Amino acid sequence: MENGMNLIAAGLACVAMAGAGIGVGTIFGNYLQAAIRNPSAAQQQFGNLIFGFAVTEALGIFGLVIALILIFAPPGVAG
Amino acid sequence: MLQVATDPMHQFKVVRLFELHVGDWDLSFTNSALFMVLGVLFIVGFFALALARPKTVPGRMQSMAEIWYQFVAGIVKDVNHEDGKPFVPLIFTIFSFIFVANILGMIPFLPGGAFTTTSHVAVTGTLAIFTFLLVIVIGVWRNGFKFLKVFVPSGVPWYILWFVILIEIFSFLSRPLSLGMRLFANMLGGHVALKVFAGFIPQLVIGLGFIGAAMAALLVMPLLVSITALEVLVAFLQAYVFAILACVYLNDALHPGGH
Repeated sequence: MENGMNLIAAGLACVAMAGAGIGVGTIFGNYLQAAIRNPSAAQQQFGNLIFGFAVTEALGIFGLVIALILIFAPPGVAG
Repeated sequence: MLQVATDPMHQFKVVRLFELHVGDWDLSFTNSALFMVLGVLFIVGFFALALARPKTVPGRMQSMAEIWYQFVAGIVKDVNHEDGKPFVPLIFTIFSFIFVANILGMIPFLPGGAFTTTSHVAVTGTLAIFTFLLVIVIGVWRNGFKFLKVFVPSGVPWYILWFVILIEIFSFLSRPLSLGMRLFANMLGGHVALKVFAGFIPQLVIGLGFIGAAMAALLVMPLLVSITALEVLVAFLQAYVFAILACVYLNDALHPGGH
């Protein structure tokens, strides 16, 4: 029996990107807010900004990996 | 006639370039291994050339080598301060290998196809597990059994201490997983997106003829160029994040329990 439920599940897994989007926006928004208040210290924290962005983005990409697993190697279904 | 694949996942196929079977083991030289060797040769060759005749006022290549080294040394100094000095070669190796492996995947028409070694979980998982085990070994070697203090953050009230320890243990064990997955998923997702968008161009041209070609040239091509630029940025960024996380975990090993 082969049904397309794994594709629906893969689509549902993409909801994870909503959280990642909110997180990344929060990080950059806070950085901009603080940078406008204190422009001379902003350049020093740029490394922390990029690091925080990459770690947050990773969580959204974990959702993408689940979606890819469900499409290409779905457990339980003959596929 | 050149046989090209039209699905986005074909680029990740590991192909044996040179068969070599020893008993039960398959030690064939694959295109993944070829790109790793190419990466290492590039790094060693670049630094050998750039630092062949060092001058006090550096020329162009020597400047590039110095910037590269100074970047990594800066990361270690920021995160680990003075204790990190013995570990700069380690972080430098990790950063350079991942960076060059990521970038080599963006160059088309290399022998064996543009293959990103770090887009396979086997490679990134190995790098992550290696970093994780190294942190444990260094921690136990430097601190003995006091290394277990890494699970006991300072300043936690006694009544929730056991709960916090449990959470800390799980979060510690998830480190190699997240390290490997982050790099793998970024590389995989980026290259799949690139191929999917690139596939739109021949589909448009074949499907809609002249109008399709115009749409492809005006809409899809700029998008493709931007995504390629983004992928080069992500290649560098992911190497930087891996190196910084390795430094942070090293800090945990050198000063356990200092949250």
